[in-house]
Amino acid sequence: MVRRNFMKTLSAVAVTAAFGLNSLSALAAETIKVGVLHSLSGTMAISETALKETVLMAIDEINSKGGVLGKKLEPVVVDPASNWPLFAEKARQLLSKDKVAVTFGCWTSVSRKSVLPVYKELNGLLFYPVQYEGEELEYNVFYTGAAPNQQAIPAVEYLMSKDGGEAKRFVLLGTDYVYPRTTNKILRAFLKSKGVADADIMEEYTPFGHSDYQTIIAKIKKFSSEGKKTAVISTINGDSNVPFYKELGNAGIKATDVPVVAFSVGEEELRGVDTKPLVGHLASWNYFMSLKNAENDKFTKLYRSWAVKQKLPNADKAVTNDPMEATYIGVYMWKQAVEKAKSTDVDKVIAAMAGQTFKAPSGFTIKMDEKNHHLHKPVFIGEIKADGQFNVVWKTPGPVKAAPWSPYIPGNDKKKDTPEGK
Amino acid sequence: MGKSRFLLCGWLLSVSLAQAAIDPALLKPLASEDSDTKIAAITALAQAAPAEALPVLKALADDSLAVAGERVVIVAGERVLDAANNTEISPAPAAREVIGINNRVRRELSAALAALRLFSTERAVRWQAAQEVTLSADAKMLPLLDRALAAEKDPEIRTRLQLAHAQASLGSTDAEVRLAAVKTLGESSDPKVRQLLLPLNEKRGDSWVEPDSAVRAAAGTSLRSIEQRLAWADSLGRAFTGLSLGSILLLAALGLAITYGVMGVINMAHGELLMVGAYSAWAMQSVFRAYLPGALDWYLLAAIPVGFLAAALVGVLMERLIIRHLYGRPLETLLATWGISLFLMQVARTVFGAQNVEVANPAWMAGGIELLPNLMLPWNRIIIVAFSIAVLVAMWAILNLSRLGMFVRAVTQNRPMAGCVGVPTGRIDTLAFGLGAGIAGLGGVALSQIANVGPDMGQGYIVDSFMVVVLGGVGQLAGAVWAALGLGVFTKFLEGWTGAVVAKIVVLVFIIIFIQKRPQGLFALKGRFVES
Repeated sequence: MVRRNFMKTLSAVAVTAAFGLNSLSALAAETIKVGVLHSLSGTMAISETALKETVLMAIDEINSKGGVLGKKLEPVVVDPASNWPLFAEKARQLLSKDKVAVTFGCWTSVSRKSVLPVYKELNGLLFYPVQYEGEELEYNVFYTGAAPNQQAIPAVEYLMSKDGGEAKRFVLLGTDYVYPRTTNKILRAFLKSKGVADADIMEEYTPFGHSDYQTIIAKIKKFSSEGKKTAVISTINGDSNVPFYKELGNAGIKATDVPVVAFSVGEEELRGVDTKPLVGHLASWNYFMSLKNAENDKFTKLYRSWAVKQKLPNADKAVTNDPMEATYIGVYMWKQAVEKAKSTDVDKVIAAMAGQTFKAPSGFTIKMDEKNHHLHKPVFIGEIKADGQFNVVWKTPGPVKAAPWSPYIPGNDKKKDTPEGK
Repeated sequence: MGKSRFLLCGWLLSVSLAQAAIDPALLKPLASEDSDTKIAAITALAQAAPAEALPVLKALADDSLAVAGERVVIVAGERVLDAANNTEISPAPAAREVIGINNRVRRELSAALAALRLFSTERAVRWQAAQEVTLSADAKMLPLLDRALAAEKDPEIRTRLQLAHAQASLGSTDAEVRLAAVKTLGESSDPKVRQLLLPLNEKRGDSWVEPDSAVRAAAGTSLRSIEQRLAWADSLGRAFTGLSLGSILLLAALGLAITYGVMGVINMAHGELLMVGAYSAWAMQSVFRAYLPGALDWYLLAAIPVGFLAAALVGVLMERLIIRHLYGRPLETLLATWGISLFLMQVARTVFGAQNVEVANPAWMAGGIELLPNLMLPWNRIIIVAFSIAVLVAMWAILNLSRLGMFVRAVTQNRPMAGCVGVPTGRIDTLAFGLGAGIAGLGGVALSQIANVGPDMGQGYIVDSFMVVVLGGVGQLAGAVWAALGLGVFTKFLEGWTGAVVAKIVVLVFIIIFIQKRPQGLFALKGRFVES
């Protein structure tokens, strides 16, 4: 027993030392444990590492202002290593061994699907910060990323508009797992409703970590030369994006001829790519680093100084992106809900989450829907600039309510907008 | 779109005296939020002051046109120029906002710029402008193209312009003009021309899109000849991608062809030797960035020897410390090298971080050569193909022409006999293993240019490398070459047909069946060998 306590103290000291929490005196007081479940190695590390940093940064910020309910937050970071079954194992460890009050985690939908049964069984609380395919509404999860109607559908509508180039033919290109497959199913139904024939849609998938995009690029070139204006909708995830965009640039596919709009590529993923040949290709998100407003200034400065303080690689060029913003919103909304509920009890916090608002770096006051566990978010479409940032070319006038059950999938009209559960 | 060009033609037909400055009222609408206003402003500007408009429009295209208060300015590094009269403003205004453009404006802008450049005095500029004009030629550009054709002397540019002219004449009301245009376009091998000709043979309702039957027939003939050329270029492109994948597989597998193929060591840490090479490329890039920023583009050349030596050093250490105690015990070797592989990955994770590191392509490896309008060969691929040939030749020379190579062959063929005649077999084993590891390092340097560099990168290549060596026949360099090329081309043709996911499965199934039917691989060693 003594030994165990000793180990506990030791690990707490290690955590304190590692994350720069203020002083040893914090140890004496009771803490609230917060789980961080993001891949820090493997194919998804390119995207997820920054989210871990964002959670730690928000926790540090909250602790420096006195914590939550008078207690400090204590992060518990685990690395599920882009390995989907490992996500479930680590989630179980966070909930039953570390007894975290809340978890911020997951990027790919397959990892979220993998941990869902664990959160349902142990009645945990998960904040999922990434845009996804919808078709899900769980009592134990809050979705702070975009549903298809807050990202994918507006992007395709833009491509079909005059400013977007009036595309008539579409390549749906993705990594082979649940998110791209479902999104493309929704998009196919949407395009059909807009009068696009099946022959004008090409669907292509590659495995995770795929690095040879020559054939796909050649296919896109061929498909786009068979008449009518073509656009590519990419749901490629993880580090495959780097070879994909390199090949795209080298093959000379210009955005003015065949624009590529991506749903999982932001400022962070483009850091490893020469963006000069990619100028004009698009991404659709609910936040861009280049947005100009006071909240965003604060947010980007905060992250920059965090990156320098933590000595992150290339800290001088640290960037923020949409899932990081969604993570930040999530941490703060959870804090507000805990303060409203005056407890970290999962059921009480879930009830208190409804209708929470937060002044987000996107420049809007974002609201958690009273019923459906999703945020009301603004939609931005940006074109890649030569410096790897995005130039916003289209945006919604205000936040849009999420529709997790896409109306373009048959049978969804009967589904309820509230999660089943307690 | 059309309007802008129409107006441009207007000014080109009546080029007036050059103006000294641009009216600021013309510049202001460039900063508008609305695309239509912006496009109208570009047109008006090009029409009003063609000579002065060029730098302004160029700045707009390069994201360096900005608004500072009431003025529109060009940002050139540290300096800020007034767009209206091209004079420097000092002190430079601090509050300025860059004017952003979207793809639609960018398209209009490049058309306007191309039209302005068609009359440049430099041939290269005109050549590029002619190409850009071809992309978007339509009826309203005809007067401009006529003028350009009249002034143009260079035969190559003339051919380009004639194509653009034919393209623009497709919309003519005169059937004769259309017929001539369709015939000229048959010479093109641009997929975009095909796009233009395709609708001519379509029916809209009851009537043909193209009323004249002679033009329709000519369009059909032109289309067929274009399609033939396109199909040819297509297969050529596919063969090249296959060759490129083959060269990558070969680079990944060549080192293994020595350590496993010739020496018989099942080296599961081979992928990590590739990783060592790739990280050396990254390290050299960092060193050049810090100490030789001027020569940054050449870091890759320095990375070649460094990658070789680093991987060879790791290989020699592996051999001396672990593998030499396990010769003749393949199962233990397999387990031990697998352990080394995990160990090396963890070392990389600890030293360089778990995330991928960024290895940039040097400028001379970016872009590609456009052989045909639908066939672009990227430089990085071409260079890697050439590099793999060079490595192959060097390795062949070492094994067959050098003293070390002779010893290696002697030891692998008959170890006791080689020992009897005075070959230091132990040292030769170490050197041969180091050579194989070094070549894996070279493969890693090449891979860093096309794949992601991270601690787990080797895992993606270990299966492919063993596949190549086993398929080619153990102990055979020629076998490895044929197997790598064969697998590359086979995979690429399959991918074009079934998609990447299915292709990967089919290749694996094919190899399993092949090895069952022919366990010795493509090329079996002939002659007498003494098993140690």
